Amino acid sequence: MDYFIELFFSGLTRGSIYALIALGYTMVYGIIGLINFAHGEIYMIGAFTAYIIASVLSIYGFPALSIIILAGFAAAIWASAYGYTVEKIAYKPLRHAPRLSPLISAIGMSIFLQNYVLLAQTSDFLAFPELIPDFDFMEPYADKVGSTDMVIIVTTIVVMIALTFFIKMTRIGKAMRATSQDRTMARLIGINVDKVISVTFVIGSALAAIGGILIASHIGQINFYIGFIAGIKAFTAAVLGGIGSIPGAVLGGFVLGLTESFATGYVSSDYEDVFAFSLLVLILIFKPSGLLGREEVEKV
Amino acid sequence: MSAILKVKNLSMRFGGVVALNALDLEIHEGEIVALIGPNGAGKTTFFNCVTGIYKPTEGDVLLTARGQENIRLNGLKPNQVASKGMARTFQNIRLFQSMSVLENVMIGRHCRTKAYILGAILRNKATRDEEQETIEKSYAILKKIGLEKYVNESASNLPYGAQRRLEIARALATEPSLLLLDEPAAGMNPQETKELEELILRLQQEGQAILLIEHDMKLVMNLSHRIYVLDYGTLIATGTPQEIRNNPAVIKAYLGESDDDSQHRSHKEGANA
Amino acid sequence: MMSSLVPLLQETLRSLKVALWFVFLTFPIMVIKVHPLEKSIEWRWQNMIFVGLGTFILSIVARILMDQGKKRRKKRALQHAQKYTLVQTILREPKYLYPLAFATLAFGLVFPWIFSSYQTNIMITALMYVVLGLGLNIVVGLAGLLDLGYVAFYAVGAYSYALLNTHFDLGFWVVLPLGAILAAFFGILLGFPVLRLRGDYLAIVTLGFGEIIRLILENWNEFSQGPSGISNIDRPGFFGIELTLDQSITYLFYLMLLLVVFTIFVVNRLQDSRLGRAWVALREDEIACQAMGIDKTKTKLTAFALGAMWAGMVGVIFAAKTTFINPASFTFLESAIILAIVVIGGMGSVVGVIVGAFVLILLPEYLRALSEYRMLAFGAIMVLVMIYRPQGIISTAKRHIQYKPKPDDKHKKQAADPS
Repeated sequence: MDYFIELFFSGLTRGSIYALIALGYTMVYGIIGLINFAHGEIYMIGAFTAYIIASVLSIYGFPALSIIILAGFAAAIWASAYGYTVEKIAYKPLRHAPRLSPLISAIGMSIFLQNYVLLAQTSDFLAFPELIPDFDFMEPYADKVGSTDMVIIVTTIVVMIALTFFIKMTRIGKAMRATSQDRTMARLIGINVDKVISVTFVIGSALAAIGGILIASHIGQINFYIGFIAGIKAFTAAVLGGIGSIPGAVLGGFVLGLTESFATGYVSSDYEDVFAFSLLVLILIFKPSGLLGREEVEKV
Repeated sequence: MSAILKVKNLSMRFGGVVALNALDLEIHEGEIVALIGPNGAGKTTFFNCVTGIYKPTEGDVLLTARGQENIRLNGLKPNQVASKGMARTFQNIRLFQSMSVLENVMIGRHCRTKAYILGAILRNKATRDEEQETIEKSYAILKKIGLEKYVNESASNLPYGAQRRLEIARALATEPSLLLLDEPAAGMNPQETKELEELILRLQQEGQAILLIEHDMKLVMNLSHRIYVLDYGTLIATGTPQEIRNNPAVIKAYLGESDDDSQHRSHKEGANA
Repeated sequence: MMSSLVPLLQETLRSLKVALWFVFLTFPIMVIKVHPLEKSIEWRWQNMIFVGLGTFILSIVARILMDQGKKRRKKRALQHAQKYTLVQTILREPKYLYPLAFATLAFGLVFPWIFSSYQTNIMITALMYVVLGLGLNIVVGLAGLLDLGYVAFYAVGAYSYALLNTHFDLGFWVVLPLGAILAAFFGILLGFPVLRLRGDYLAIVTLGFGEIIRLILENWNEFSQGPSGISNIDRPGFFGIELTLDQSITYLFYLMLLLVVFTIFVVNRLQDSRLGRAWVALREDEIACQAMGIDKTKTKLTAFALGAMWAGMVGVIFAAKTTFINPASFTFLESAIILAIVVIGGMGSVVGVIVGAFVLILLPEYLRALSEYRMLAFGAIMVLVMIYRPQGIISTAKRHIQYKPKPDDKHKKQAADPS
């Protein structure tokens, strides 16, 4: 039973991270119908920025708490800036191109960003500093749930709630929902669609950066390639929950995280990634609309 | 005259919305039949159900074509429906824009030809002959439709009316026993509509059975032998153009009661009629 | 004077803003480098200057290009008549194309005698990518199915030769067709459930499949010997004669040359056939296609299997060439390179793909200094090609069947071959 609980929490932790990254996929897909292949790279850049800023601050002897906050902010800001720029360069000129063009452009962008970080930084694995301290009140449960896990799960839940409020309540959130329903109509009633798309990328990227920091401090190391696998898994989560649906992305993230955790715990850890990929393939084949997604009917 | 198409008790529901409600319809050899009704009555849904794009919730679609009687079409895929002998055009033009006019028609010949991988690679005599025949037959159809002067043009460069006619040519290339035309006159000017009317009539005289969805009442009344009227997914009247013109239920559906929606609708239809 | 100065100033200001934005954007990654062991920071301020200057100049160039592109498009719209570029004319006219093709082939035939076996070896690799590109081009360029797991079929070919050769001592010539068939079979197996998916989902599922196959090869030690791979694979046999290393390189080169010619022949014929037409039509409008009686699944599956077949064949040759394979050769990166060849060369264009393969494989090989920037450049070029030149480096003006009715005899029409 203890083993089960341990796996359960480890699954929740993984799932939270997947959910954070999946939100970016789902939001972008909901608004412009594009699988933002470079999203995993944004997450990787977020993790790298956090690593760099945290290292600089710790070398200059800043206190731990300020390091967490400043590194977190820096990661979110820069990841958003990258997301914004990627959209402007690689996707905006292709709004009216055939469907595969922006996807190929996104793949190109993803390859570019990976190699950009590889060349500008390093191809080695870097040890990520432990940003999150161990809490005393978590001590009795430490063998089942670490403090990092708790922080990750709580952060994810808080972010989800905040995001839901943002989209339901604010003006720009409403504009986002309108744009995702019908872009032409949204433009006709005076919504600045380009701005909405930019905001979507910025928010999605910031969430990915938060995911990046959390997972990096959970696993303890990063390199330029982490975005690829994490990106695909988060995409799996998004599709699993129903791409375009925000609660779906969260649900999908948790389902995927738990599946992986139990499968590696009880079956075999060699095939960790195979489980995720197989799950992705199976959903797309049998229920492409996902758990909470709408079914698409093509107009004739 | 024997029936080519028999539709029995056809229903289509999307979730809770009833798009088609227990429709019965029959088309006989050499007939032009029109399906009319206000916007949103379910006409295109009917086409989609019959041609396999949607799977009808209930009912039967039986086609007698190419020497086979009462082939059950419901449950078949669109391409199977086409090869069984029923072809359609689309309300919103769906030509292959990057292909030439001739190639568009040649695509229609696809289900009547056989060459595959080996034939393509070896390009043996049978394949060459078949290809030549495809070209000749396609050109013959273009001539019949009056598009031969555009034969080598790119489909996207055709004037609007010619694009609509090319859709018909492409459908004819599948050698259909029954041709379904989805608003062929939509967006045409009076001259183009007149030419279209002559074309449809000529096809009918050559023995082609045609089912037509159309909003242009003049065209419908001039051409059709029989008319089916659809409103909110239900058949409300059947008969000759004369009978339909005087049918109170039809007039009510088109001119409507006093609610806003139908007033708006009648205004639009009135302009066409 | 003023009137021409103001827009110039505005343009400069805009480029300056762009440059500043990129200086900010790239600051943490480009400028700061942490050395964790020494606990020191390296500030690379020179990079900041490079980024600033570079993006400033690029942004000016990009804007000029954009303006020119607009003007050219306007001009073309006015002229209306379709005009071919020089390259297109050469490729369209048999009187230019055939001598050119012949000269290239002749050059190919004497290549191993002029150049060292090192050069020949590199050329073999380039030719392998030509075939891989042409194979993927059937799937992506003609049928419009974005396959991101193409390398899986390459792996199937390579591993079938490696395993059949080491376990059952089967020879190269036996496995070559076998590998092709196996890969095609895998193509059908994978394609059958996924081909009804929409384009972008298909891309992701194929990517997933590619990774699954690689992960299985990596972890299933009893089957594939895992990450350590399979070594001592036989080189291709030559009528039982023992070849020296140099001889076998030359032999392999001619073999590849032959395969390239064969591939071009087959792909060309497929393109101009009933099946090729159906692929193009399917790429343009699936619903209209089905309504015209084309079986969507079967036609797509054929494209998928035919594409996979070439990958399988090249896989066998790859295993025979290197005599050692392991899963590291079959990562997503490999799929991405082949896709880049097709996209950058020109989707749907045979000549484009050939040129693409040579440029993308040979350029980094000969410009060693640049080779570490290879993938960076590939990625950037893929984006740029999609934006500025979606048809790729070489766009063959699409061939249409030309119908020429005879003026004297109106009833007996004669059609010309595709020209």
